[in-house]
Amino acid sequence: MSQKKNNGSPVTKINSSDVRVFYDQTEALHGVDLEIYENSVTALIGPSGCGKSTFLRCINRMNDVIEGCRITGKITLDNEDIYDKGLDVVQLREKVGMVFQKPNPFPKSIYDNIAYGPQIHGLAQNRQEMDEIVENSLKKAGLFEEVKDRLNSPGTGLSGGQQQRLCIARAIAVNPEVILMDEPCSALDPIATAKIEELIHELLQNYTIVIVTHSMQQAARVSQRTAFFHMGDLVEVGDTDDIFVRPEDKRTQDYITGRFG
Amino acid sequence: MTDRNMAKAARLKQRYAAEARFKLYGKLAIATALSAVFFLLYTIFTAGYSAFWRTQIQSEVTLNANFLKVTPQSSNEELARANYLGLFRKNVVENNPDIKSRSERRDLIQMFSESAETDLRDLVLSDPSLLGTTQKLWFLASSPVDTIVKGAAPRDIEEERRVVSNLQLRLLDQWTAEDRVGSTFNINFFTRGDSRNPELAGLAGAIAGSFWALLVCFVISFPMGIAAAIYLEEFAPKNRITEVIEVNINNLAAVPSIIFGLLGMAVILNFFGVPRSTPLAGGIVLSLMTLPTIIIACRAALKAVPPSIRQGALAMGASPIQVVLHHVLPLALPGTLTGTIIGLAQALGETAPLLMIGMFAFVVDIPTSPLESAAALPVQVYLWAESSERGFVELTAAAIMVILVFLVLMNLIAVIFRKKFERRW
Repeated sequence: MSQKKNNGSPVTKINSSDVRVFYDQTEALHGVDLEIYENSVTALIGPSGCGKSTFLRCINRMNDVIEGCRITGKITLDNEDIYDKGLDVVQLREKVGMVFQKPNPFPKSIYDNIAYGPQIHGLAQNRQEMDEIVENSLKKAGLFEEVKDRLNSPGTGLSGGQQQRLCIARAIAVNPEVILMDEPCSALDPIATAKIEELIHELLQNYTIVIVTHSMQQAARVSQRTAFFHMGDLVEVGDTDDIFVRPEDKRTQDYITGRFG
Repeated sequence: MTDRNMAKAARLKQRYAAEARFKLYGKLAIATALSAVFFLLYTIFTAGYSAFWRTQIQSEVTLNANFLKVTPQSSNEELARANYLGLFRKNVVENNPDIKSRSERRDLIQMFSESAETDLRDLVLSDPSLLGTTQKLWFLASSPVDTIVKGAAPRDIEEERRVVSNLQLRLLDQWTAEDRVGSTFNINFFTRGDSRNPELAGLAGAIAGSFWALLVCFVISFPMGIAAAIYLEEFAPKNRITEVIEVNINNLAAVPSIIFGLLGMAVILNFFGVPRSTPLAGGIVLSLMTLPTIIIACRAALKAVPPSIRQGALAMGASPIQVVLHHVLPLALPGTLTGTIIGLAQALGETAPLLMIGMFAFVVDIPTSPLESAAALPVQVYLWAESSERGFVELTAAAIMVILVFLVLMNLIAVIFRKKFERRW
């Protein structure tokens, strides 16, 4: 189900202009210009290897850790260049959280998983405040009721869907402004997927969400805007309804109708 | 068609036969290896088990206070200074009145260990009221007597070639008939340091020396090894210099240990002036040898941590150092410790470098710090093996048994550790 923003003009949260990504000599992304609006869900869709995950990882500079990866162009968060030399990557990642395709909870207790982020960023003064942060994050992720009696048990002991919600709670715990999700439901069963999509719908009130997904149905269900990538190019971007009902580019049409996938 | 079937059946039979042969070769190889191990253990055990008890001789001793010039009320100092050696000799001679000549009396007294003197002193100091009484006491026999009783030295040869004289042999037989010859557990082996007398020689000094050396080795090589592994695995750029470093570290593990000994002598002793023969110098040299083992083990453990953990931590806003210290290293620690324990077990048995830096001191006292002169376990084995006295033969084998026990224990701990902390991602 898609929604239209109806409270005035949308605020741009993230703006990318002519972003190119090179892995050694190969150009993987050829000049992406994309605006992400605040408090909305933007879906990045496209066939495998088209560069959508690469673009996603540029937003929180996770591509920095990949050997031989170079990025040109400009990406701004709240009008600040995130590739500026003076910018602290650690603080950027506090503002921009990420949820990965395969749930990766730390091999620690559920409590410690959530508490780690606030701990290293100094968000809690004492044990009580930390307890509150953990509880709130778990509640926002819809996991609290299920795990409140076993906060000290290992995070890796949960089911796949619960682990992913734990990772979402972990990302929320540091109070980010943006949450990046890289195919968060691809390793989950349909019921867990439905729970996460429900969660995304609640989260967008307070966070800006960018989600990479292989499933067009999912993009249609959760996002307000959709961007279609193909072989490193951003082919088309627009309101989700428009993209799926009236695509302008032929490549978009072919992808949506299942000509290639 | 039947021709083809027959050929096929023949090939099948051949294949089964080949597999059976292959299995047999494997079993033979294992059998050979195991029998070598058993042969080794058997040889050492049969040579060394007798070292764990000592022959003792019962003798009547009158604690003559007048001779000692003390009273039960004398101070501990005065009691300690009394002439127990003379008292002992006097008693032994008086107990055997038919031994008259000086050389014969010397033979008689030499049947007892020199520890008789200290035994008497300790007895009187513990209970001064015993002064003036006559006691039947057990004294340690000297090493030649001990070896005759154990059968380690032959009896039925000429006197010149025998370890005991004819007189001593006669007395021994006589006392055995009188039930005055017995054996006791050789506690000296574990409580005393080295000695010129085999019956008094023990491993305590060498065990302490090895312990201090291994401690120094661990303290130096463990943190350095982990830091080097973390740098190489997580932070070093993949360029030529890093490759050269890696190759050199791997080669370090293959350097013959005596070269480390030379390095120790030239640099650690001469240039840095670390005192010779100390576990400190030994530990430094050993740490150079253990370092590559720890680095290699730690790197393997770090590599085994899945990248998803690192990615998750980075995405949370952890700095690279925080990612390593908070997440990767704790998960890599069990594997690192296993490698460390194995490296230390290897260091325990290293002899050549310790010989070169002088850890073969003849030390009677047990070292209480890494800065005192000491011997190490394998070096002690070497020293005892070199000795010409027959009593040291069993001691050498027993010392080897002790080293083997430590090695097995350490490797066992490493295996248990590994099993316990084995994680499945």
